[in-house]
Amino acid sequence: MTSRSIRVWYLVHKWTSLVCTAFMLLLCITGLPLIFHDEIDALFEDDLKLADLPAETPLRSLDEAVAAAVAAFPGEQPLYMSFNRDQPVVNVTTGPHVKAVRQQMHLSPIDLRQALVIGQIVDDGIMHIILRLHVDMFAGLPGELFLGFMGFLMFIAIVSGVVVYAPFMRRLRFGAIRVSRSRRVKWIDAHNMLGIVTLLWLSVVGLTGVINTLSKPLVDVWRANELADMVAPYRDKPVPTQLASLEQAVRTAMDAAPGTRPQFVAFPGVRFSSNHHYAVWLRGATPATERLLTPALVDAQTGELTAIRRMPWYMLVLKLSQPLHFGDYGGLPLKILWAVLDIVAIVILGSGLYLWLARRHPVAISA
Amino acid sequence: MTRIRPQSLRAIFAAPLAIAIFSLVGLVAALLDDGLYDLLSWLGLAVPVAVIVWSLRWRRQ
Repeated sequence: MTSRSIRVWYLVHKWTSLVCTAFMLLLCITGLPLIFHDEIDALFEDDLKLADLPAETPLRSLDEAVAAAVAAFPGEQPLYMSFNRDQPVVNVTTGPHVKAVRQQMHLSPIDLRQALVIGQIVDDGIMHIILRLHVDMFAGLPGELFLGFMGFLMFIAIVSGVVVYAPFMRRLRFGAIRVSRSRRVKWIDAHNMLGIVTLLWLSVVGLTGVINTLSKPLVDVWRANELADMVAPYRDKPVPTQLASLEQAVRTAMDAAPGTRPQFVAFPGVRFSSNHHYAVWLRGATPATERLLTPALVDAQTGELTAIRRMPWYMLVLKLSQPLHFGDYGGLPLKILWAVLDIVAIVILGSGLYLWLARRHPVAISA
Repeated sequence: MTRIRPQSLRAIFAAPLAIAIFSLVGLVAALLDDGLYDLLSWLGLAVPVAVIVWSLRWRRQ
């Protein structure tokens, strides 16, 4: 490589890093507690204890669960129902109308054995603030896309960092840290070593984070194409006022895709459904398939199956990007490794910033 | 500091490539199944962490 092209790659590394560093520090720092959000939430979630009932207590119908949630918030209508994996509990989201935004919605966990609301899930704790800072800095979709772009710059910084690593290491052995020279040399070596060692993890977490910021546009693409195809005959029908049994609709969907379990149901008119259907989102029963959701559309007036179709590739990519970004798919040891690597990323960012400052003001820093 | 002869690109990137492969196995394994696959993923992602400890502890010069 010529010294000129090395200089260009170095400039790319410097400027992409400088632009994204402050935001990457924000993401790494807020991301750290989010890795453990399950454990932290569990500490505070003592109000969701289930009643002691005999093990064989039969479950009430999903329709009764919906009725209980609507009764808790009169005047609202059901928008989503999600299914708890480990407990006989469903969470019903209600809101004033089908286009309600998150702040207007209410989330009621319901014990299916009694069809009773057992609390209310509210998003106002410190973890929620941290999450919003991490996702969009309280700036909605533009904030999300902006952070996605910063993540993309970080990926360019990683690639250019790998390119300039080579000429740097020609006369140094792998992993060497020269501590006997200046503080700056020591930190250059540490920055290079930490960067090259965490290269793959940081790239994957960064790029899957970028993909996650595209989630809203991707769902819109899916709605405009796949979903529109599936419900073409229903295009001009209004949202039905009398809904067929949800319990039956979920059974119909599960019968159409044996070996699956429902993850959530989107009611007619909401973002993840059509105007005329229950969209029953089914997940596989094995660890490898449980993230691959298949939507089954059940006519909300007649209760009959309209269509069931696998998700397109970009929705699968989006689904797989979530665990690979969150690190929540391999137990506590994986989360701890995620946290350690996240802290290493903070050190890489901080040392990069230090090296840039030390270069600009050599006297001030070494004094 | 020991001065060494200029290394080839292959020599420079051999260790980083091996670490990246271990990391990739670690990232993918836990997606596939639980149990042994989880263990595989912990081992894979422990490799970069272990190399960092090794470098900071035993590669100072």
